[in-house]
Amino acid sequence: MKRELICIVCPRGCAMTVEGEKDNLTVVGNACPKGKQYAIDECTHPTRTVTSIVRVANRVDTMTSVKTEAPIPKEHIFDLLEKIRAIRVEAPVEAGTVVLPDVYGTNVVITKNVK
Amino acid sequence: MIVEHDIVIVGGGPAGMAAAVAAYDSGVTDVVILDREPGLGGILRQCIHNGFGLHKLGRELTGPEYADAYLKEVEARGIKIYTETTVTAVSPDRVVTARNREGILKIQAGAVVLAMGCRERSRGALNISGTRPAGVYSAGTAQKLINCEGYMVGKTVVILGSGDIGLIMARRMTFEGAKVEAVCEVMPYSGGLIRNIEQCLNDFDIPLYLSTTVVEIHGKKRVEGVTIAEVDEKRRVKEETKRYIPCDTLLLSVGLIPENELTRSAGIPIDPITNGALVDENRETAVPGIFACGNVLQVHDLVDYVSDEAEIAGLGAANFVRGSKSEGASVETVPGNGVRYVLPQRVHTETGKDTALFMRVTQPFGKVRFTVKSGDEVLATAVRLKAAPGEMEKIVVKGDKLAMAKAPITVSLEVVK
Repeated sequence: MKRELICIVCPRGCAMTVEGEKDNLTVVGNACPKGKQYAIDECTHPTRTVTSIVRVANRVDTMTSVKTEAPIPKEHIFDLLEKIRAIRVEAPVEAGTVVLPDVYGTNVVITKNVK
Repeated sequence: MIVEHDIVIVGGGPAGMAAAVAAYDSGVTDVVILDREPGLGGILRQCIHNGFGLHKLGRELTGPEYADAYLKEVEARGIKIYTETTVTAVSPDRVVTARNREGILKIQAGAVVLAMGCRERSRGALNISGTRPAGVYSAGTAQKLINCEGYMVGKTVVILGSGDIGLIMARRMTFEGAKVEAVCEVMPYSGGLIRNIEQCLNDFDIPLYLSTTVVEIHGKKRVEGVTIAEVDEKRRVKEETKRYIPCDTLLLSVGLIPENELTRSAGIPIDPITNGALVDENRETAVPGIFACGNVLQVHDLVDYVSDEAEIAGLGAANFVRGSKSEGASVETVPGNGVRYVLPQRVHTETGKDTALFMRVTQPFGKVRFTVKSGDEVLATAVRLKAAPGEMEKIVVKGDKLAMAKAPITVSLEVVK
């Protein structure tokens, strides 16, 4: 197997090449160890940090934002978004508050304070 | 009545907050921030995606979290904040006029830091023919409506422009259930970060059409579709490539314009390339005591670099208030081969301090070597494996080398085989 990848870990965006088989992958083109790990993950079990929004029920036209504390498997992004869409919070909300615990191995937390 | 403050900062986004903290920490504690929005944070409040802070804070944050990290620093220092306060004028002798619900505020500032950010280029600047239906938004407006206020702007979307906001919005619209039919980019390359093409378009199989633009908008009350077409190297439309895409929404991500009305009204000269003020290495404009930083000075790709630049300006403003500004000879900086602009546009050469020059290249290159020269004297060189207009470059000139600059400093690049 040979695959060309663009690293998304940081804005540098290294162009990487991954070769080999599942348990024995070699990565070329990465500028840091995080890039190598991303390349291997991307070829074995790709993951993404998901960010979205949650409605603040007791405020007019006000949303707060959320993120997964850790990346989740890519194939579950849209399932997770459905779960997030159903959430309602009440102000005041504080960044860091868990609004959806233990989903796909991580938590969904608030990222924006609403007073 | 005129009140006095040592430093007045116009704009409380990432640049304004970082400048305020830097000025305060260097010992000038009478700092006020003026912002027209109800809360500080600027554009970061609507940038809910992650990817901020890796360079500056050593961790990956979303926009609101990055803003909050700085807001906490501002509040911890007791820096005075005026929100919902719009600055209407800055005079060359540093009188800042603002208005809010209380009335008119006039402040005589010891130094002023301009940190107003930028706004989006709109449809009017593009000469797209067709009708004027609802459903045409700038990408940032759509971002604010969706992320902050909770209004979805459309179901089937075409995005014109592949800058980072357009790319981020392609993913955001997809997450909210819309179908993004295409992202069109008139240039033969994207102006966005390559990682955003990967994680915002490729992840969701959204096509990116390069050298392609929107030539007509269709629809009476609401957008019904757009005609797109390829363009040649002189941006002339290739008639035979015209095709119609049905959609109800067109997002425009076609560039940012530094918001420099206040700067101009203060008589501060503007660089026609950056559309921001001409500044020296302290980010001081040509009007003494008025500084500029962040996207109002030059459009940045990363907020981390905005914060860095704002710290320079904040420290510069504090030094000005203390009466210790850069003295001695100065030379201009000039973009040479392959370089579109260099900032700062003027540097003092006898400060003994290492000075970073920031620049953007004119087009995408592979491996290049940058050379910083003054006359025949080479002050610095730097090799990069690739260079693109979407990625700002930074080259540091050592203090002892800078002292050798007697003529304008030119930064140019050559392609390395």
